[in-house]
Amino acid sequence: MNRKKINFKNYGIFVVFIVLVIILMILSPNAFAKPRNLINVVKQASINGVLACGMMFVIIAGGIDLSAGSVVALSGVVAAYLAQMQGIPIILPILGALGTGALIGLINGFGAAYAELPPFIITLATMSIVRGAALILSGGSPVFGLQEQFEGIAGISIANVIPILVLYFLLIAVFSGFILNKTVFGRHVYAIGGNSITAKVSGINVKSMLLRVYIICGVFSGIAGLLIASRTMQGSPTVGVGYEMDAIAAVVIGGVSMSGGSGKWYGTIIGALLLALISNGLDILGVSSNFQQIIKGIIIAVAVYLDLRGKKTSA
Amino acid sequence: MSHLLEMRNISKDYPGVKVLDDISFSAEGGEVLALMGENGAGKSTLMKILMGIAQADRGEIFLEGNKEQFQSPKAAMDKGIVMIHQELNVLLDMEVSENIFLGREIKKKGIPARVDMDEQRKQAQAFLDSVGIKIDAKDLMRNLSVAQMQLIEIVKAISVHAKVIIMDEPTSAITEAEATILFEQIEKLKKAGVLIIYISHKMDEIFKISDKIAVLRDGHLIRVDETKNFTEEDLIRAMVGRELQDVYPKKTNHPGKVLFEVENLASGKYVKDVSFQIREGEVVGFAGLVGSGRSETMEALFGVSPREKGKLRINGAEIEIHNPKDAIRHKIAFATEDRKRSGLNLIGSIKENVTMVSLAEKISKHGIIQDKKEGEVTEEYIKKLRIKTPNGDEFVGNLSGGNQQKVVLAKWLLGEPEILIFDEPTRGIDVGAKHEIYELINVLSEQKKAIIVISSEMPELMGICDRLYVMSEGYITGELNKDEFNQEAIMRLASARKGGMTQ
Repeated sequence: MNRKKINFKNYGIFVVFIVLVIILMILSPNAFAKPRNLINVVKQASINGVLACGMMFVIIAGGIDLSAGSVVALSGVVAAYLAQMQGIPIILPILGALGTGALIGLINGFGAAYAELPPFIITLATMSIVRGAALILSGGSPVFGLQEQFEGIAGISIANVIPILVLYFLLIAVFSGFILNKTVFGRHVYAIGGNSITAKVSGINVKSMLLRVYIICGVFSGIAGLLIASRTMQGSPTVGVGYEMDAIAAVVIGGVSMSGGSGKWYGTIIGALLLALISNGLDILGVSSNFQQIIKGIIIAVAVYLDLRGKKTSA
Repeated sequence: MSHLLEMRNISKDYPGVKVLDDISFSAEGGEVLALMGENGAGKSTLMKILMGIAQADRGEIFLEGNKEQFQSPKAAMDKGIVMIHQELNVLLDMEVSENIFLGREIKKKGIPARVDMDEQRKQAQAFLDSVGIKIDAKDLMRNLSVAQMQLIEIVKAISVHAKVIIMDEPTSAITEAEATILFEQIEKLKKAGVLIIYISHKMDEIFKISDKIAVLRDGHLIRVDETKNFTEEDLIRAMVGRELQDVYPKKTNHPGKVLFEVENLASGKYVKDVSFQIREGEVVGFAGLVGSGRSETMEALFGVSPREKGKLRINGAEIEIHNPKDAIRHKIAFATEDRKRSGLNLIGSIKENVTMVSLAEKISKHGIIQDKKEGEVTEEYIKKLRIKTPNGDEFVGNLSGGNQQKVVLAKWLLGEPEILIFDEPTRGIDVGAKHEIYELINVLSEQKKAIIVISSEMPELMGICDRLYVMSEGYITGELNKDEFNQEAIMRLASARKGGMTQ
């Protein structure tokens, strides 16, 4: 059969990605193609990539999480708040950030699954609430004066070359891929997003699945918050505004359907890399950040259009 | 003289499959042409080409002698070809009049952006009255029954002066009484010179209303002839390409001890007080009208909807079922009435659907899916149930109705249930697949499984069941053993009131 051809069409986003890389290599062979810069692209993609992985779970399950950006801020502030106390074991800020994420995820999941609020509404509400909590906890300004060890979490590089941030990103990406593809849990995520009634009749506890999916997204957002706090050595209550949109963009560019039930993990990784590639490339080409926004928007629309068209013709 | 509709040498290929191979036929106004064939025979594709939803690779279409090639359904509609789909395309929150004039709204004079609702209602009401349908043009679509919505679609077709109306399984979701009204309308349309292309799997209907039958099989046009030249056997033979000895296969099962008991079940407004029992190896049917509470009874005992009261026993021991997971744990399976809504994940693959119920217990270790085993099991069931597909990675949404139903059954059989509930297991599927499902039910009963079948087709229930319960308004109004089966008795019980027998 001509399966190979069909698969190729299905992943038009890879083509877009490669074409973009080639264009940038031609336009800027000296600056862009340098290994250091390529590593930098992945580094730029890392935070969004971690968020996008969590978002991917939620979107495949048929939901959405608008609070992700706010969770980044609150968990960063919580981590910084704890890390600021001298002599406290470093594990506490870590647990603090992850726990914050898990708690907000729990609230989102409870609201969406058990109170049956539309996911858009409940996470819109927590987006606002969590941002407010971050501002109150930090007193409105960044939390400084953190223990030096705290920087070791995400602020260092391996052998001075590969930022440890990249490692977290890859680890979480592979972990997400494993869960979604290889486990019963992952399969059930697709099942509830594909048809929740069928999933229920088939013996899947849709509500508890949804709850867990939102917790995963919350924890991943918490991790992102922790990484940013460690890298910048502060807990800023205003960080992460709009990050949820970048995460959604990465997921959608990667071919995950907004209506749930379909999409592949590696698509999301490519999506996050593509977004980073665009801003990196445009920076190198000296395009002003205002123009970058416009170009980014156009590329998102075109990439998803090409991806969808590829899927249609192969069906 | 030219024909009203002529399709000449129509061919269509999909990669690796000839969906339609050189189809030619013609039809006249005032005729009902029944288009028959098993699922996957090419009926839908042929109609899609006529409607401009798909394009033929070769061949031509003539309408009143003029060559046409429709690029879109709108183009076809402009020339008077209208299709009434099996799944009705109506806007539930709009008025009847708005639905009838959708896409060609009447504008207010002088204010082109505003819809003239009064005029629309007036004209819609005139159309409704002219066909003799007692529906108010101002009613919300949501408040109508499925049959009424269908009639609205017909009125819509009349209002655009359709010359050709394609009806895809129009009676699959309506009662017999409602079907009678539909047939009256079809008669009127015939008199008005409209060509009706009628797709259905129900034999009795075809012989009742069609003038001509065209039979498709595997993309070939097998036979076109006047209905009076067909016998039912001829038609089945032409469709399946082989002899079907009996519509309902012979049974040899002998029911054993009581396996499953339901006592005083009540749930919601449709299930008032239901008690019944089933033996090992027994096939028990549930007859009744739409809304009698049969599906709702099964939903309640399976844990899909909450149960207000009632006890369930398996082998004499009381069991607790609060959700479908509990029911599955007690080896109960439930192939629901509407496979698209609650039986399948249409955007998932065959494999993902087949293993959905049993993934955790059978196909995985420590929560991790065993890919190889999953592939093998899927292959096994594709072979066992003869699901027509290139492989298990195919999307279920791409399969025909009969094959989709087989995927639903495979999903449940994989869990090796002891009690199986089949709600309308043959709705909207072709004779060949029906026969296979009857045979499967027989095999399962020989394996000492207890089987519940809900069906709106009485001959089917009488053909495959050992015993029947009849429901009406949330109560079981009667029980019939095989030697007592007859349609009149069932109908009488089905319209009986509250618990008591009518005799």
